[in-house]
Amino acid sequence: MASSTVLRGTSRGAAHPTAYPLLERHVRVYKRAPAAFASGFLEPLFYLLSIGVGVAALVGEVTLDDGRTISYTAFLAPAMLATQAMNGALFDATYGFFFRLKYEKLYDAVLATPLRPVDAAVGEVLWATVRGAAYAAAFVVIMAALGLTSSWWTLLALPAALLIAFGFAAAGLALTTWMRSWQDFEFIQVAIMPMFLFSATFYPLSAYPDWMQTIVTVTPLYQAVDLVRSLTTGAVGPELLVPITYFAVMGALGLRVAGRRVGVLILR
Amino acid sequence: MIEAQALRKAYGDFEAVKGIDVSVERGEAFGFLGPNGAGKSSTMRMVAAVSPLTGGSLRILGLDPESDGPAIRARIGVCPQEDSLDGDLTVRDNLVVYARYFGIGRRDAARKADELLEFVKLTEKAHGMVEDLSGGMKRRLTIARSLVNEPELLLLDEPTTGLDPQARHVVWDQLHRLKQTGVTIVLTTHYMDEAEQLCDRLVVMDGGLIAAEGSPLSLIARYSTREVVELRMGVGENEAAAERVEDLAERVEVLPDRVLLYVADGEKVVEEAMARGLEPRSTLVRRSSLEDVFLRLTGRSLDA
Repeated sequence: MASSTVLRGTSRGAAHPTAYPLLERHVRVYKRAPAAFASGFLEPLFYLLSIGVGVAALVGEVTLDDGRTISYTAFLAPAMLATQAMNGALFDATYGFFFRLKYEKLYDAVLATPLRPVDAAVGEVLWATVRGAAYAAAFVVIMAALGLTSSWWTLLALPAALLIAFGFAAAGLALTTWMRSWQDFEFIQVAIMPMFLFSATFYPLSAYPDWMQTIVTVTPLYQAVDLVRSLTTGAVGPELLVPITYFAVMGALGLRVAGRRVGVLILR
Repeated sequence: MIEAQALRKAYGDFEAVKGIDVSVERGEAFGFLGPNGAGKSSTMRMVAAVSPLTGGSLRILGLDPESDGPAIRARIGVCPQEDSLDGDLTVRDNLVVYARYFGIGRRDAARKADELLEFVKLTEKAHGMVEDLSGGMKRRLTIARSLVNEPELLLLDEPTTGLDPQARHVVWDQLHRLKQTGVTIVLTTHYMDEAEQLCDRLVVMDGGLIAAEGSPLSLIARYSTREVVELRMGVGENEAAAERVEDLAERVEVLPDRVLLYVADGEKVVEEAMARGLEPRSTLVRRSSLEDVFLRLTGRSLDA
């Protein structure tokens, strides 16, 4: 690759600003458009209200893997919370980032300053994570108000949502650097829709045959739902290290790839 | 400030810059003059430390862009050809946020923004959005933005392209004032009047190479005559007319719409041409310009 190391700035020691001013920029922009920020929050909330009220009346209770039974609404809510974190993070990391990168040429201007491609990626991921986590936090408040939380572990759903948002944001950002046009975003839609429907969101994993369970288990939204649901139902154990590691790796990898790709795209 | 040797830039098979030597001293206003596609912008991007070199060597402020990109970018200001203002932010926030990218503290960033808005006469637009600015205002804001870090070296890529004459003069005025403060200015342009107005020294670029170098006056002295006579003949008559007067001039250029005679004394040559029975639709005697230098060096006019 022709792109040199340090236009991208890998030399150590030289003082340089960090990604923080970029986070500040994104916050400033959304302060001017609070409606755009709030709208993304509504979809999973509507699911919770419609299915959690209407369908729950038909279903009644759900038996968890550990044999306990909980109300269907309490089963569904953590899945919607995980979806909330995913949506909030992906929105800006995909559509928003693509617009800034290709149309607004934000990073052509930003990389003319001491900031490096990796700062651009970190700034985007930070912001998208904040957004995903903010949606999740609002959702936790609603869950608590509706009496859908059965454990104090629910409070840990917040840092969990932060981690989930980080993983999705970084991966979404990395993938978006390969997008050529808006049409390419169909690929992301095609990935998200089935994930949303099949990730043990609406019914337990045990509904599937073994081979299908294996497939579902490796998808990120399943891992997210599993993590949040375990916390809100108080099923806490060392096995939670699996989804935690999953998202830590997904985030770190995505961030690294996105940082490199921004450099390749802009520092030509 | 800038030392380039055998500098090259290729994009795939296309070689935009084919090996140029450039040296710019502190406090100078230096220009790259040439038509579109001459390699000016590619050169500027390398100097701005946002584009890796394909070959040759380059030092900016004594630093190597290959290993010190962020450190170089911290000390230079860049005004790109396409306005890359932040459309999601207000006019003032464009400056404040950009200053923050340089690690400038919040209070200083705000003070600097107000100062610069004053300098480019956009204070009244401070809280408007970028999209509501005219082309000239956007360019002035971009120039203001390039100054937030008090750069030692200011790079301007086609600073007045696409602006109306009045807006161009406002920009020139501001660049003159900056020059007086001691900022080193490097600009590209395909306007010869702009190069004459602003540059102490310039290189003429064509096809990725440097065709000539010097001050505007020395280039004109070296590559052109003192005066130029323009004879506008009827359509298709230029070639024949040129043959009848070519002995009167040091050099003759036949353009599609006129004949140019390069001479020392224009009036005398016009008289002699008339005496030979030439009947041009109009005649013009003028001083030589960089346009003539470019024509001489490349056989093409700048805007062709």
